[in-house]
Amino acid sequence: MNPDEFILAMLVNNEAGVLTRVSGLFARRVFNIDSLSVGVTDDPRISRITITARGDDYVKTQLVRQLEKLHDVKIVEVMPTTSTVMRELVLIKLNIAQKSRAGLMEAVAVFRAKVVDLTNDSVTLEITGERSKCNAFVEYLRPFGIAELCRTGLTAMSRGRKTLKMNAKPAQHT
Amino acid sequence: MVTGIANAYLDSSPLVAITGNVACEAIGKDSFQEVDITGVTMPITKHNFIVKDVSRLADILRDAFAIARRGRPGPVLVDIPKDIQQADCYYEPKKAAPVTRSNNNGKEAFAEAVKLISQCERPYIYTGGGTVGSNASQELLALAEKIDSPIGSSMMGLSAVSHDNPRFLGMTGMHGKYAASQVMGRADLLIAIGTRFSDRATGNKLAFIEGKKVIHIDIDPSEIGKNIPAFVSLIGDVKAVLKKLVAELPAGNRKAWHQEVESFKNCPDNRLEMPKDSLNPETVIQAVNRRAPKDTVVCTDVGQHQMWTAQYYHFAKPRSFITSGGLGTMGFGMGAAMGACIGNSKKKTVLFTSDGSFHMNMNEMATAVSNQLPLVIVLLNNNTLGMVRQWQTLFFDKRYSHTSLERRTDYVKLAEAFGAKGLRVTKLEQLDKAVKDAFAAKGPVLIEAVIDQDAKVLPMIPPGGTIKDIIVKA
Repeated sequence: MNPDEFILAMLVNNEAGVLTRVSGLFARRVFNIDSLSVGVTDDPRISRITITARGDDYVKTQLVRQLEKLHDVKIVEVMPTTSTVMRELVLIKLNIAQKSRAGLMEAVAVFRAKVVDLTNDSVTLEITGERSKCNAFVEYLRPFGIAELCRTGLTAMSRGRKTLKMNAKPAQHT
Repeated sequence: MVTGIANAYLDSSPLVAITGNVACEAIGKDSFQEVDITGVTMPITKHNFIVKDVSRLADILRDAFAIARRGRPGPVLVDIPKDIQQADCYYEPKKAAPVTRSNNNGKEAFAEAVKLISQCERPYIYTGGGTVGSNASQELLALAEKIDSPIGSSMMGLSAVSHDNPRFLGMTGMHGKYAASQVMGRADLLIAIGTRFSDRATGNKLAFIEGKKVIHIDIDPSEIGKNIPAFVSLIGDVKAVLKKLVAELPAGNRKAWHQEVESFKNCPDNRLEMPKDSLNPETVIQAVNRRAPKDTVVCTDVGQHQMWTAQYYHFAKPRSFITSGGLGTMGFGMGAAMGACIGNSKKKTVLFTSDGSFHMNMNEMATAVSNQLPLVIVLLNNNTLGMVRQWQTLFFDKRYSHTSLERRTDYVKLAEAFGAKGLRVTKLEQLDKAVKDAFAAKGPVLIEAVIDQDAKVLPMIPPGGTIKDIIVKA
């Protein structure tokens, strides 16, 4: 991760329009989202959003405080990179014939990637891991000619017993 | 309606807007008269709802009012599709949720604030709309007394302190009083209360905080450090925070500072008066001020007349000044005056407006007449969009563009056409009688006061400027 990059984890109501409220806040306050992933939690009423963004302490503090004011946002936390498990999933399609695949399977093994689809003239690979590992794998594959690439964006969870708790926000935040 | 909501958002006014929409099944199809109003208002509301199930309607409305009022107040919108409006459901009466405005400061923050205040030599209390919103005028004065500090105010905070109070220096910022701005510049500690340091209030932000520390008291944590870095912050309801702070503070006595403040107060630049013997913005506003009871609610539109009202009217009671601050919404005044009048038991209400602003929403005169609202509408007619003209004069080499509209509106006939009373004042001698008649009348009265096209709002600190750039002469 870049030194000015940070990860925000938040629990939000699983309702229509919540993602618009969150991303709209970034847009109107002129903050950039580098990556965003969202999905429902074990509680179907609650979704979890993980955002990576960049900025100094001012940006970080403003973002958290502004996000906390959204009615649908239950809790926001900046995840400390030293005690957080971070993962991203990348799917990469290479439209190459069998004879041009020398070295590819070796890389798949070294990076602990997976072949998820294979045809005579295409290979689709999956890799999961921290962002630097995913980046390294993508860079390695570039000379083969990447036909298509999708990244899920980072998702993150604290190490140890710590969890993102939905304790009630102080009333003045909303 | 969107403008009104944005206005409430920027001025932290609690507001619940209820809109109708097409039936649920027609939503998203570009149906006749369909507007995605929740999408449109998302960035200018605290929260908004679409009600898609009538059984949720009552709870959503209760929530809407609770959200609008709690914490930092603001607007909430509830969009109700047509089929939901016509649906039946079982209604269960429930009590409204209590409005929570708690504070969550630890002992350390208060101790830090107490330390800073005790150690400073030149404190300055800078109060904003949050003090009015929190009904904290008494606590504010108690603080000023205890630490022996002058008070300056943003425009939105003006009614928190009686203008006759000797500690009160008046409005600060772009069109603030000379002494209020100078003393603020000289202070070594700024105690900012319920204010967000808008660009109109601070000018150049770096110069603004030079040589001073800031204690920021606000109910909204996101305001701390947003525009101006705070040395210490106390987050919570202004009234509660001030009460606690005053109790913990030792009494201070700052004679040298006091003398310095007085010298700024007595400086000629702090008394930029207009001629007493002509019809001008100051004489008009003072004539109304003399006639109006002290608790009269005064509303304004937006522009020069608004600044003149903020400068020359002596507000005596909290919440007696209703104006559009953050958004600067021309056309705000007519609706605001009607709302203030109805919300204040239909007491006599004053609206200062202008030819530019009044033209924006003057159709609402019809409603004022229908309801026989006792409004005294004082229209300062300079036959130009004066504030923009002032900028074109001062900053754009007098290249006047689209500010002199050459309108031929006859405001007396206009008022009469609506069924209201209209009075025209062109000379100072006519002023007092017109004001007297307006206050004696039952329904709405419009007084048109004809003023000079080039009357200016002074002093003025140019946008992004500092106290050194203050303009006191045209």
